Amino acid sequence: MAKKVPVQVTLNGEERAEFVESGATLLNALRGRFGDTSPKGGCHQGTCGACSVIIDGELKLSCLTLAEACDGAEIVTTAGLATNSAMHPLQRAFAEGFAAQCGFCTPGMIMAAKALLDQKPDPTREDVIEALSGNICRCTGYEPIIQAVLAAAAASPHKAA
Amino acid sequence: MIRLAKEYFADQRDDDLKQLGQAFHRSDVPGHVTGKTNYFADRSFPGMLHLKMVRSPHHHARIRSIDTSEAEKHPGVARVLTHKDVPHNVYTILILIQIGPEDEQVLAADKVRWKGEAVVAVLADSERAAQEAAAKVKVDYEVLPAVLDMEAALKPGAPIVNEYHGQNYYRYDSGACRKVRFGDVEKGFAEADHILEQTYRSSPIEQAPAETTGCIVVPEGNDRFTCYTNTQALFFSLDNTSIILQMPGHKLRFVGGTVGGGFGGKVDVTTEPIAILASKLTGRPVSFIYSREEEMQVSSPRAAETIVIKDGVMNDGRIVARYVKGYTDAGAYSRHSPYGAQKGAAHYPGPYTIENVWADTYCVYTNRTPSSAMRGFGVTIADFALEVQMDKLARLIGMDPLEFRFINAYRDGDMKAHRQPTEGAALIECMQEASKAANWPVAEKYLRMSSYKGG
Amino acid sequence: MTLSVRTCPTVDEASAALAAGRARYLGGGTLVVRNASEGDLSFDTLVRSTDPALSRIAVAGGEASLGAGVTMAAITRHPGLAAIAKAARAVGGPAIRNMATVGGNLFAAAPYGDFAVALMALGATVEAGGKALGIDDFLQVRDDIRTMVTGVRFPLPAAGAFRFVKVSRIKPKGVSVLSIAAVIETDAGGAVCSARVALGCMADRPIRARAAEAALVGATLTEAGVAKAVAAVSEGIRPITDPIASAWYRGEVLPVHFRRLLLA
Ligand SMILES: Cc1cc2nc3c(=O)[nH]c(=O)nc-3n(C[C@H](O)[C@H](O)[C@H](O)COP(=O)(O)OP(=O)(O)OC[C@H]3O[C@@H](n4cnc5c(N)ncnc54)[C@H](O)[C@@H]3O)c2cc1C
Ligand code: FES
Ligand code: FES
Repeated sequence: MAKKVPVQVTLNGEERAEFVESGATLLNALRGRFGDTSPKGGCHQGTCGACSVIIDGELKLSCLTLAEACDGAEIVTTAGLATNSAMHPLQRAFAEGFAAQCGFCTPGMIMAAKALLDQKPDPTREDVIEALSGNICRCTGYEPIIQAVLAAAAASPHKAA
Repeated sequence: MIRLAKEYFADQRDDDLKQLGQAFHRSDVPGHVTGKTNYFADRSFPGMLHLKMVRSPHHHARIRSIDTSEAEKHPGVARVLTHKDVPHNVYTILILIQIGPEDEQVLAADKVRWKGEAVVAVLADSERAAQEAAAKVKVDYEVLPAVLDMEAALKPGAPIVNEYHGQNYYRYDSGACRKVRFGDVEKGFAEADHILEQTYRSSPIEQAPAETTGCIVVPEGNDRFTCYTNTQALFFSLDNTSIILQMPGHKLRFVGGTVGGGFGGKVDVTTEPIAILASKLTGRPVSFIYSREEEMQVSSPRAAETIVIKDGVMNDGRIVARYVKGYTDAGAYSRHSPYGAQKGAAHYPGPYTIENVWADTYCVYTNRTPSSAMRGFGVTIADFALEVQMDKLARLIGMDPLEFRFINAYRDGDMKAHRQPTEGAALIECMQEASKAANWPVAEKYLRMSSYKGG
Repeated sequence: MTLSVRTCPTVDEASAALAAGRARYLGGGTLVVRNASEGDLSFDTLVRSTDPALSRIAVAGGEASLGAGVTMAAITRHPGLAAIAKAARAVGGPAIRNMATVGGNLFAAAPYGDFAVALMALGATVEAGGKALGIDDFLQVRDDIRTMVTGVRFPLPAAGAFRFVKVSRIKPKGVSVLSIAAVIETDAGGAVCSARVALGCMADRPIRARAAEAALVGATLTEAGVAKAVAAVSEGIRPITDPIASAWYRGEVLPVHFRRLLLA
């Protein structure tokens, strides 16, 4: 039996504690133990960005982060963005702008975009492209995603969080 | 921007289109943006086993022996599967539509025919334990000479890739290739002002979907199994699994759903049969999900193709003869390639009316990763070759490439080379719109043309 | 065996833990966790340290010192490191930069290690196991080092002296076809008085372009002036072949990019 270790985090504002397998990635722990399947595993090697989450305010790849190393951390995922069933401006912009096709890259894209807007509420197109440069989308061709992030920024100036 | 060009073909329909031109929200989009959409892997079950495949490191080799004893003893291992465990180990996907022979092994028995072929499946409590045990599987190979391109495969005396075929190409009921014969090409070439022969080649292309191929199987306790899968061909997979496992279909429940991109790459039946077998033999849920490396190296790509096109063209722009030899690299096994190559044969005139056509298309076996479907397979690469050839022909006779296409465009009522009369053609109208949209003017007479017969 | 993780409050404890058995240090994890997930069975313990010294950045007296745990993102944000921020920004996408550490970059096999290429041109000193090693020497022995790297230090280059280019096929982010870093100082007359040039992807780890360095000294940074150095830059290279590019391609484009970097 694999050794289990306790991990306590604040996940999308909620205090949570679970036993995870020693050496487990945060991605596998979130999906398998914490029941949050919004981060996706497209590669488990850091190249696709589908597993992106925000840890203590910084965008990180949950597939390359060990769950144990996150003990005490504050984690935000796409599943935590909507409040009282009202979508976050980024989610609305993605939905309206056809920025999600198969949807597999979408949670990671939204996290990368949120990390950008949290820092820079009024990004330029180049800022958006740079911010999304670690995220791969095989369906949309990126343009609708870039447009959606710009639209979200325009729709909610200075209150993207 | 969408503009409805309702003026075209207005007489063919009542103008009562209500939905076209309206913006609608896709019903799946709220799930996508909130992370609630369920993909097959968004499930975990207590006691779930992880399947790790031991794969061939050689392009072509005889298997002398397989020793799984050390792997079986590894802590956390529940079961190790070899070809001996698979009830009907040699299959082919298209047998469902009577395209045989069965030519592919679920788990390799006596031979491996491509680098990456599945040999032994290891099932363990954790991914790590499965990886460790897989490293302990010993396979003794005798490496054989491999053929890695179609030219080498078709040379006399080339090593035979796949003994189930007996030669390195698929034998159709029409012989070594699919054939289209229409008019008299030799007569056409004799009349032509110019003849242009060109060869076009493409490499395999990986579909690279964001979500890798896989499935999760849960035993329902009554000898029935639920298989959550991201296959693009649910009933294809179910029926093939039923054949491979010799289990009646009603014992297999396949649950599909949202797929994280497929682009044709998820039509093969590579994970479900072995995962269901593993679940049956262990009584536990089983997860078999390709790593990114497996997705890129093992899952079937679009086939490499070689296309030789010889055209006879008149100074006035008419193509009067076309001779094509098309070769599709199936890799080591058929999968969907005999069908893809056949589609090419029918397609080679392209959307043009040519009176004399001769097309031969071959499905060739090599020691490469089996190829399969990808967005318009059999046609997409053909179209690339055809349209480049069209540009070259236009240049050869000094004609505008778009006007050259108007002259040759098919129209309603024209007989196609594979004996299907053209119906509902709209190429001319599309080119008229394209000419305006791209600001690529053509002579007035082409703007007055229509796809209607005589138009 | 499962993979176990040891968290150590101090560098010393982490170093001791590393010395015992099949252990690897966990920096940002962008390479080592990836290896573990992909079935690298050569280690079964990951050692990490929460020692605050590891994430310290100090810039003073014309010298910069970076703890081994300093991330690429932290470098790009630090006002005192603006001159070299370009090299840190060249690593990965934003999430990778938030994770990737200086220490890990020193161990990254080509095509990775872009920041280590910069450190080589900067003439950095690597602190490992309580000893200070020149980066050229460190990179030679890095595979045998069983101890922790705690930090690096380097003299800050004179204004405009640091040049860096990373060539990749995907914009704005992609894995290196090659990277080149150089610290080139010129005298009042515009002649080069000193040059250190480091190349990435021209071997399995960063290497110096010594012949080009020698050819640069005394030259002016003009088309004619750099010709000899450009011709010499390929001396001793053994470029890697990977899915990004072949050794042949990398070797062919190296002089082109080196020339552009010198004339920029
Ligand atoms: C998608 C992706 C893109 C990338 N792009 C780039 C790129 O553009 N350029 C580039 O240079 N790299 C790139 N990398 C590689 C990698 O992210 C960087 O090289 C990074 O700096 C490695 O640092 P780390 O802290 O993550 O290393 P880790 O993975 O933590 O460690 C790597 C190795 O170094 C050892 N190590 C780490 N720190 C220490 C220490 N203090 N003492 C002793 N040993 C140590 C570890 O034991 C391990 O063997 C990329 C990686 C990914 C996944
Ligand atoms: S799953 Fe983490 S980057 Fe692809
Ligand atoms: S929507 Fe399918 S990968 Fe981006």
